[in-house]
Amino acid sequence: MFEIYETITGENPYKSPMMIYPAPHYTMGGLWVDYNLMSNVPGLFVLGEANFSDHGANRLGASALMQGLADGYFVIPYTMGNYLAGDKPTLVKTDHPEFEKVAKEVKDLTNKLLSIKGKRTVDDLHKQLGRIMWDNVGMGRNEAGLKKTIEQIRQVKEEFWKNVTIPGSGDDVNQTLERAGRLVDYFELGELMALDALDRKESCGGHFREEYQFEDGEAKRDDENYSYVAAWEFAGENKWNLHKEELKYEYVKQAIRSYK
Amino acid sequence: MEAKKLNLTLNIWRQKNSKSVGSFAEYKVQVSPDASFLEMLDELNNTLELKGEEAIHFESDCREGICGTCGLVINGHAHGPLPKIATCQLHMRNFKDGETIWVEPFRAKAFPVIKDLMVDRSGFDVILQAGGYVSINTGGVPDGNAIPIQKEVSSLAMDAAACIGCGACVASCKNASAMLFVSAKVSQYALLPQGQPERYRRVERMVKVMDDLGFGSCTNTYACEAECPKGISVTNIARMNRDFMMAKIKSKEVEV
Ligand SMILES: Cc1cc2nc3c(=O)[nH]c(=O)nc-3n(C[C@H](O)[C@H](O)[C@H](O)COP(=O)(O)OP(=O)(O)OC[C@H]3O[C@@H](n4cnc5c(N)ncnc54)[C@H](O)[C@@H]3O)c2cc1C
Ligand code: SF4
Ligand code: FES
Repeated sequence: MFEIYETITGENPYKSPMMIYPAPHYTMGGLWVDYNLMSNVPGLFVLGEANFSDHGANRLGASALMQGLADGYFVIPYTMGNYLAGDKPTLVKTDHPEFEKVAKEVKDLTNKLLSIKGKRTVDDLHKQLGRIMWDNVGMGRNEAGLKKTIEQIRQVKEEFWKNVTIPGSGDDVNQTLERAGRLVDYFELGELMALDALDRKESCGGHFREEYQFEDGEAKRDDENYSYVAAWEFAGENKWNLHKEELKYEYVKQAIRSYK
Repeated sequence: MEAKKLNLTLNIWRQKNSKSVGSFAEYKVQVSPDASFLEMLDELNNTLELKGEEAIHFESDCREGICGTCGLVINGHAHGPLPKIATCQLHMRNFKDGETIWVEPFRAKAFPVIKDLMVDRSGFDVILQAGGYVSINTGGVPDGNAIPIQKEVSSLAMDAAACIGCGACVASCKNASAMLFVSAKVSQYALLPQGQPERYRRVERMVKVMDDLGFGSCTNTYACEAECPKGISVTNIARMNRDFMMAKIKSKEVEV
């Protein structure tokens, strides 16, 4: 660890104090899946960090190992087998109308991205989005900041679609184009994260709404109104429908967690 | 406190695709000594893109030396001039103001260039698919200390398992041999109880695939060990050779 530190900073940690700052490590939540780890697309299963299922609002140490084992070892061999047993696979060809539709969508998106030819790079816009998220959608969030964030994300997105520049073509490997595609996804994901944080008027786990805290600064949960998983259904640009999945506890009693 | 920037001349290999002929292109950059080598390339790419030029293609993922995705030949050394680090861990403070730096892709017949500094290392995946796993059912979790493993043995296995599959060993070998990589993967299993049932089958299969893919032979120059970011030892190659000989005596599985 100390060696790694020295390679990165060029300073000897045995001699000068270490410079430490927080960094994003994990994103809470993920794609919605049912009890069998199948998403809302029949036959599409989502495992591991990509799904929302195994940990709650707080992601504790070694959750990934636990989730890897639970999803990959104990759940999916049975549920996927069960799904396949009830399905009669037929030969799927690329002349299927759905395939043609999606292929055309991807081509159109690629051409649209390449044709903007503006004055700002993907990297530059990506950093701007990152800064916005860092400032207002980190651990501490508040209503004013989140509302401002949603506006700001929409502005950067607009700027992106007007002013991004992506040299090269879509016929060959093009890393700039690849990154642009990811950034388009991040605009959507970032806005949804801010929206969800705005909607949840309580503090819990990795989500600390500054308005909802005890006098001593501890997180104030509201089990009465927010004891649910928020599953947001995509309903078109800047639109999502909320489905609430109630959290029912049969054996464990909900209690306030105190780190004191 | 901003450190004084370095003025550098970069000669970077540009190649449109695997079929075209590549050449070096010269770029002048000003960079903070605290920047990493890849951050410098990111910055350079930003300026190129603003001029409408295509970005220099290179690969990276974790940027902390653990995934093996990055890999450039810098001034003739795979992963640059410092020992035991991956390209992403190289910082510009290790270079002098006014210096000229040569940047090339990993070169090997089995690693064709995809674009610029990006090469196709999927051959390594094919080798792993041939035996880089334990496929037998090892049963339930045994009680602690039921199967004692000597500290020296477990340390050797862990050292072998430190290989991140970057391909620097292939790039620095004059024969473009993949022996260090394959021997690390063979050893990490050959040393431990879980690896025993498939031990000889595994080495035979992996070596065969390695040869089929066009990786060269080992002539004991140790260049691989010198450039390996994880300090994988050539003693793993000796272990693999011993196991391979044993396999030839024991099994009839693969015709070579
Ligand atoms: C720096 C760091 C340290 C961490 N430390 C810990 C720790 O100490 N303990 C712990 O429990 N957790 C830790 N975590 C979290 C943990 O590592 C992850 O949650 C876990 O590895 C996720 O596993 P996964 O298999 O779900 O997803 P991943 O390991 O992310 O696998 C996803 C795979 O999908 C592939 N993929 C993506 N797109 C495509 C596509 N279009 N087509 C085909 N393949 C695709 C990717 O290449 C990747 O191989 C850490 C995470 C980070 C970033
Ligand atoms: S042996 Fe070393 S150089 Fe070769 S792939 Fe593994 S880590 Fe990279
Ligand atoms: S980017 Fe992962 S090891 Fe360098």
